[in-house]
Parts: sequence; structure tokens; C-alpha cells
Amino acid sequence: MKITQQTTAHTLTLSLDGELDASSSVILDTELTKSEVLNHQKVLIDCQRLNYISSAGLGVFISHLQRFQDANVKLVFFNMQEKVHNVFEILGLDTLMTIVPSESEATAI
Amino acid sequence: MKNAIRISCSRANLKTVRDFVSDYLAVYHLSELHVNQIVLAVDEVVANLIIHANAENETQFLQLKLAMEDHMFGIEIEDDSKESYQPSSFREPDLLEHIRLGKKGGVGMALVNRIMDRVEFSSSGNHNVCRLYKKVI
Repeated sequence: MKITQQTTAHTLTLSLDGELDASSSVILDTELTKSEVLNHQKVLIDCQRLNYISSAGLGVFISHLQRFQDANVKLVFFNMQEKVHNVFEILGLDTLMTIVPSESEATAI
Repeated sequence: MKNAIRISCSRANLKTVRDFVSDYLAVYHLSELHVNQIVLAVDEVVANLIIHANAENETQFLQLKLAMEDHMFGIEIEDDSKESYQPSSFREPDLLEHIRLGKKGGVGMALVNRIMDRVEFSSSGNHNVCRLYKKVI
């Protein structure tokens, strides 16, 4: 799992490249745990190159969502592959998290 | 076509298991979505066995065996841990509660149960067997 960061005035974009499983999800957890993440109004997750997600990866997002909401930080996913979106759907997480098709839609939120 | 594999109880081997299952399924021309679901279900069970049942002890091993009969995919996962999973302990996760509490775990078996058609766990002494089945078209 490779994570690339891009920061603008109010937005942090994390681009995920690879597979999020019980082995690699700790890298993402470390990034999201950093206190400066909450300095942004929005955290966008670019999933274009995210090829796989297991419950361990989902668990990282689930575990940070309340913290983000409490800090008034929006967490938005975009460019998600169908097979990855399907995993969110199986659990019903697609209705609890903000997932949009494109970066422009994510930016507009 | 390789239909059996033995791995040590290390998280690093999860990728090996996923590749093993997807390579096996490749000849059946299933949709990418279905292959991903089956790979995910296997990954979840194997991750639980590695991390929880065997405490990531790399001197312990899991044996995986795959089969396809009459459009029914089946996998058998064997280990020799003292901790065996009890299906009766399963509770459907309350996602809102997980979010509120910031829980990281506890949704893997829900994925397995929702994806696979049949999920079986059995134990004899310290020998445990998990069998997962899914009808594929």
C-alpha cells in the first residue's frame, strides 16, 4: 500500500495505491491518526488505484469516522472501483459514508 | 492447476492466499466482482486464523485446499490452534455503534456470512477445519 498526500487550503487528499488488508491497513491508520489531519475541512480519499479492501481496511475508516465528524471534517471517497464499492455495499457502509464518482464531485461537497 | 497451499501464520502471507484463490478461479471466467467476493471471504477467515487463533505465530501453519464441483466452489482451511472459532458467538455488527465507539474490528465474519452460501467450522481436539462454499455460475 502506497499513500500519496496532496494538500490545498482546506483539503487533504490521500491517494491510495495497492491493497488494504490486515497487513497493510496499519499504514493508512497511522496517516489518519495524525492530529494535523483534523486541521482540514475535508479529507478526500482517491480510490482509483485501490485494488482491494478487506474488513481491516474498512475498519480503519469506521474507527476514524466519529472523530472526523466530531471535528467537523468531511470524509469523502471518490474514483472507487466497482469491486471495492461492492465491499462497502455488502456491509451497508455505502449509506453511512460519503462516496461519489469523481474528484470534481468530491471537491464540490 | 494448483489447488492446495500451506502457509505460516504471518499477515504477510495474506497476499499469497488471495493470489492463490484468484489464480485458481481464473479458468472459470467468473466476473471480477464475484472473484473479489470469494477472495475476500477467504482472506477474512485466514486473517482471523492467523491473527486471533494462532496469534501470528509463524511456527504454526494453515493448510488450504480448493475445489470446484458442479459450479460449487469450496475451500477447506485447516489449522491446529487451541483457539477455535465458535460460530454461535457471531453477532450481526451494528455499524452505527461501531462508528460511535471507533471500533476497528468485528465486521469480517459478517462479510464472510453474507458472501458465502455455506460456512462451517468444526474442531477435533486442537485440529480445526473451516469450510466455505459458494455456488458460482
